[in-house]
Amino acid sequence: MPSVSLTVNGQRHSVEVEGRTLLVELLREQLRLTGTHVGCDTSQCGACVVHVDGESVKSCTMLAVQADGSSVTTIEGLAAADGTLHPMQEAFREYHALQCGFCTPGMVMSAIDLVQKHPQGMTEHEIREGLEGNLCRCTGYHNIVKAIAAAQEVMHGRREALAPAEA
Amino acid sequence: MYDFAFHKPASLSEAVALLADPDARPISGGQTILPALKHRLDRPSALVDLSGIAELREIRREGDKLVIGAMSRHAEISADATVRAAIPALARMAGSLGDTQVRNRGTMGGSLANNDPAADYPAAAMGLGATFVTNRRRIGADDYFLGMFTTALEPGELLTAIEFPIPEKAGYAKMRNPASRYVMTGVFVARGPAGVRVAVNGAGPGVFRQAEMEAALAANWSPEAVAGIRQSPDELNGDIHGSAEYRAHLVNVMAKRAILDAG
Ligand SMILES: Cc1cc2nc3c(=O)[nH]c(=O)nc-3n(C[C@H](O)[C@H](O)[C@H](O)COP(=O)(O)OP(=O)(O)OC[C@H]3O[C@@H](n4cnc5c(N)ncnc54)[C@H](O)[C@@H]3O)c2cc1C
Ligand code: FES
Ligand code: FES
Repeated sequence: MPSVSLTVNGQRHSVEVEGRTLLVELLREQLRLTGTHVGCDTSQCGACVVHVDGESVKSCTMLAVQADGSSVTTIEGLAAADGTLHPMQEAFREYHALQCGFCTPGMVMSAIDLVQKHPQGMTEHEIREGLEGNLCRCTGYHNIVKAIAAAQEVMHGRREALAPAEA
Repeated sequence: MYDFAFHKPASLSEAVALLADPDARPISGGQTILPALKHRLDRPSALVDLSGIAELREIRREGDKLVIGAMSRHAEISADATVRAAIPALARMAGSLGDTQVRNRGTMGGSLANNDPAADYPAAAMGLGATFVTNRRRIGADDYFLGMFTTALEPGELLTAIEFPIPEKAGYAKMRNPASRYVMTGVFVARGPAGVRVAVNGAGPGVFRQAEMEAALAANWSPEAVAGIRQSPDELNGDIHGSAEYRAHLVNVMAKRAILDAG
């Protein structure tokens, strides 16, 4: 069986997998990191998005063996050791950007990649377009977009803390 | 998904040797083959990952040509300064297909080897008169695309690079399917060393050239020149997403937009 060595949320792992094992299966079933979700089998919903070497990818559409030697970050790896949430997580909470929460891990991971790739900041329209690969069945996206718009100000250092969401 | 052996060769010759097995398949970005394998549409004995072969990832300008390595990812192509300067319409296309995560993994070679009738790059390759470079030979765009999911590539033959003659002007417009976001109908127009070329994707079983529009644009490069040209719906795709007549109508609308996009 192929063996895969990779770093997940800063921790090194060497794991035996099958050729066909998906990265999401390695994360959820072998490493028990079940924050990364699977919402479809057509690579369309984005619930499974994680970062591989800093790029957002659909972990349901990448083989575990393809992640050999990589550094992976999942939703579990975002908060600080003392539990302080990442600004994007904090913004999702503050702006009520989730209802059932199923899409949320993927949304947060995609949103962080988007913000990092747009240091000049994104308009509301650009945020909506950037979320093309993430589906949400509950929120209608509105508050997700507001949360990302607020988080980018903090992530780019243009604000110290989140502006409180309007009720 | 059925299980398979996985290889990640570091050189093209090693990859070609591994692909001598008729049941082995190359994998580039995996954004098409992995969903297909999940649905058990194929049962390869082995996947040969092309991402470790450095020469397949090069993007460079060679005189009046832009050469894009088959393993170049959509996100890299859309952000590449050489591509943006030489053929901005191609960079914009790479940045507009699929979604961020698909663009971070998917590659030009994988897309052009797959030749999905609703894919974007076939329109650019046909419209620009690209040359397909493989481990065995060079194939012109007019001989490469053989219809739905079919190309001139033979078993075991690998696409290594695509060469695009740099046009004076090129533009692209597409109508996306509102659900799948793949192309319903797109038109790529170009004027350059290969003459005026108009390629239509999404509408038919494979990408095709629109000769009447090419002639009209050669005489007068403007949206008005094609305004009166009606695409025949015969042999176009009709399905739950849109009738052949609707797609035929879109060919005209997208052609006008593509010319405006080219400027
Ligand atoms: C949600 C989603 C949305 C998408 N939307 C679009 C869209 O709007 N427009 C669009 O154009 N595409 C779209 N795609 C497809 C995407 O662009 C794929 O990346 C592309 O079609 C295949 O490229 P790949 O590198 O992922 O190929 P792979 O999946 O790795 O391979 C595809 C096929 O080509 C073969 N192959 C790969 N590389 C080579 C090579 N060098 N030589 C010979 N054969 C090779 C493989 O064996 C396989 O049969 C979408 C995909 C997804 C999942
Ligand atoms: S689980 Fe739906 S895209 Fe990965
Ligand atoms: S919050 Fe339920 S799917 Fe998005």
